[in-house]
Amino acid sequence: MTRPEAPLTSRTRMSQVVLIACALAAFIAVTALASLLLSIAVEGTGSLSWKFLTSFASRKAASAGILAPLAGSVWVCAICAFVAIPMGIGTALYLEEYAKKSRLQGIIQLNISNLAGVPSIVYGLLALAVFVRCFGFRSGETPLSFSVDWSAMRILSPGDPDSLWFIQIPFGSGVLAGGLTLALVVLPIMITASQEALRAVPKSLRQAAEALGSTRWQVAWRVTLPAALPTMMTGAILSISRALGEAAPLLVIGGFLMVMQTPTNLMSDFTVLPMQIYNWSGRPQEEFHRIAAAAIIVQLAVLLTFNALAIFVRQSFQKPLQS
Amino acid sequence: MKPVPLENTTMTQPAESAPPERRDSSAVLPVAASAMPPVGAAAPTPPAAVAMRRFSAWYGRHQVLQAIDLDIPERQVCAFIGPSGCGKSTLLRWVNRMNDSIVGARADGTLTLHGSDLLGRTVDVVALRRRVGMVFQKPNPFPKSIKENVVFGAKLHYRLARADLDEIVEKALRAAALWDEVKDRLGSPALGLSGGQQQRLCIARALAVDPEVLLMDEPCSALDPRSTASIEALIRQLRTNYTIVIVTHNMQQASRISDTTAFFFEGRLVENSATDLLFTSPTQKQTEDYVSGRFG
Amino acid sequence: MTSLPASTPFISPRARPVRVRLRAVFEWLMESALFLVTGLSVITTLAIIVILVHETWKFFTMRGADGQLLVPVKDFLTDSMWSPLLSNPPRFGVASLVSGTLLVTAIAAAFALPLGLLTAVYLSEYAPRRVRSLLKSLLEILAGIPTVVYGFFALTFITPNLLQPISGSFGTHSAMSAGIAVGIMILPIVSSLAEDALRAVPQSLRDGSLALGSTKAETILRVVIPAALSGIVASFLLAITRAIGETMIVALAAGGGVAQLTVDPAAQVQTMTAYMVQVFLGDAPAGGVEYQSSYAVAFTLFAFTFVMTWIGALILRRYREVYE
Repeated sequence: MTRPEAPLTSRTRMSQVVLIACALAAFIAVTALASLLLSIAVEGTGSLSWKFLTSFASRKAASAGILAPLAGSVWVCAICAFVAIPMGIGTALYLEEYAKKSRLQGIIQLNISNLAGVPSIVYGLLALAVFVRCFGFRSGETPLSFSVDWSAMRILSPGDPDSLWFIQIPFGSGVLAGGLTLALVVLPIMITASQEALRAVPKSLRQAAEALGSTRWQVAWRVTLPAALPTMMTGAILSISRALGEAAPLLVIGGFLMVMQTPTNLMSDFTVLPMQIYNWSGRPQEEFHRIAAAAIIVQLAVLLTFNALAIFVRQSFQKPLQS
Repeated sequence: MKPVPLENTTMTQPAESAPPERRDSSAVLPVAASAMPPVGAAAPTPPAAVAMRRFSAWYGRHQVLQAIDLDIPERQVCAFIGPSGCGKSTLLRWVNRMNDSIVGARADGTLTLHGSDLLGRTVDVVALRRRVGMVFQKPNPFPKSIKENVVFGAKLHYRLARADLDEIVEKALRAAALWDEVKDRLGSPALGLSGGQQQRLCIARALAVDPEVLLMDEPCSALDPRSTASIEALIRQLRTNYTIVIVTHNMQQASRISDTTAFFFEGRLVENSATDLLFTSPTQKQTEDYVSGRFG
Repeated sequence: MTSLPASTPFISPRARPVRVRLRAVFEWLMESALFLVTGLSVITTLAIIVILVHETWKFFTMRGADGQLLVPVKDFLTDSMWSPLLSNPPRFGVASLVSGTLLVTAIAAAFALPLGLLTAVYLSEYAPRRVRSLLKSLLEILAGIPTVVYGFFALTFITPNLLQPISGSFGTHSAMSAGIAVGIMILPIVSSLAEDALRAVPQSLRDGSLALGSTKAETILRVVIPAALSGIVASFLLAITRAIGETMIVALAAGGGVAQLTVDPAAQVQTMTAYMVQVFLGDAPAGGVEYQSSYAVAFTLFAFTFVMTWIGALILRRYREVYE
């Protein structure tokens, strides 16, 4: 007995429509990305040059360069990496290997995912109160300052800005404060990525180490951490590439938009590449839009390099953990 | 928690005294003389390496073992058999306190190793696990080289020179009948070995720390028949130097390789006797039903 | 098979055992260090809350020259104008900032949520393997682009090429321009999280539906999406949260320093985040009323995003439990 075909045809047609709609959506997403990259490439390639990379900003677009933001980005993100990566790995180690699965631990976990959702500008405000102004401590004229010249192994006179490690409290709006601010932004991401990496290590490995008489630290240090390390490194690289693109919190703590020097010590004023892009994009003149596009190309090139590095690390060092 | 030595033994030697005595005449670490039979005296039954009296265990509120009285004889293979869920693996894991990492696991009664209590809160489990080794159901070598796997445990407990480490690697791999197959590639990844080889590597790793007792939790269940046969032969050989407890689902395996067998059912020890006696003329009806396959 | 003579020890008698007490101290040290580091992360959340509350409190208790409260809470919540600098007396009705944020977010959501979901469906159910991995890499790149770049894109491409040809009422800055750019930014979030949720649906459910004679589209619409619904909803919430907190795009593209209470997408709007940037870019003296107002705005923003992240995380946890 044959049933009438009509309903099936319309159902099949609807199925095709859905398929087309979904493929179209994916196509639009790709088009958006493509138009973004193309428009920037078109606008900015003309202004890219070695001179662009090595000169400072200026009032005239033609002679402006991104040396200061590049150097600032390097300094700030290096400090961020030094602080956030060990702290993130350490916290993940504690939560996965040491902490008992109690309600408190569940709350801490939820806490960390909440921190990941906080807008980065709020971290800027936090950093402003804590690092830059130190809750008003010593907000008067003479900040507490000291400097140590490690290379010459001597303590310089208080407040000698020649030393690389010149520190004053409160931190003011120097690279140190900037780096710590970005570390706050990046920390929840780093913790989550490290936790995922540790969880991926099979329990059988930990049990084998325990059965041989390892203490908890020995299991973590000799078995779990080495096994999780490639994934953690990937997470670290992605966190730093996120930090490289942040501007809002740094604007809040007082990064300057027009900086004419590369940082010389931890308290130096700084600017970062996204801030410079923001500065130039906001100007009405067309020439500034062009150099903004050029700066964006540099920024994206750095981003792509980091992503490629992360993929490379993942491919080369990832090894099977069990048969 | 500060580690406190197992009662009746000293874990570390004071620097100036003689190095720890070795296996040839007594336990690796000195034991109170009363716990060991006099050397040379003809003992009617072999002394117990591990002894349990009214040993019970719970996971939270659920009781898994009830009042077990069992002696595991020295330098013999004792098999734990019984249907799934009867508690034999749990009991095995109490001997080296691996259940500590399970929340809610607790035990009551007496459990001793050569006379030293294993259940007290002051027992140094790290040191215990050097004396009692474990081989797991699924081979779990570390994602490191073969050599690093073998010396992993030894490096935890002793300071060793490079030459000592090489010596340990060779001896342990020979004892596990793996040396000839891997002696040319000690630096290659352990995960590149076949399943049977990996399990023998895990055995070598466990042996490398000179344990007194070797616990094996269904060590052949993940392996093919050929590897199973070679490991069974290995177990029969290791018996001369180590006390071995093996949990197994495979009754034929138990009858092949063990000297004594303990049959568990629903958390109770139903019968424990010499293997051939248990299988040919069991005293309990439950035992007879199980070994003849009436239930499983 | 070489065997071992009766009993030869593996570890030579000259090996010294590890110092147990020293190792115990070391263990304790490492555990304490890690605990401290973990504590710092917890302290961060507390610090954010404490500082925001403290500074917001200062804002609401500031008194003017006449001794009256400068900004009563009621005015903050109900006044429809926000102009701390241009009006005299300055007006602090947060409603217009919130409406700016919500307008931009709504536009972004209208763009990104449907498109993201459909893209996720395509990736999970239809795309051949090679297309899928290529598309996923592209979306990953999209997700990593710094937000200033989207702001620039809005200013230099979206506004002149997409909006102004449609209608002359779009100026250089508009809520629509920023909204579309934010939408593009959050699209990868929706698509990747929704795709995870869709892929987590077991194949057996799809097989059961197809075996009863459904078309593929019917299976997707009636079986797969409902099964993955909580994960999809969580992805929506997280994307919206991200859109609410977005700063640089709106600072560049949404408009200048004038906050308006409006739903007109062509209008210039100021969002909560853009206002905060404006305060700190300017010369507002620390402790002054504009400075404190940015903390009050930050508190409002934080409250929004905190609640939404919480809800999203709870939903996400619930859907993960269903299949594990």
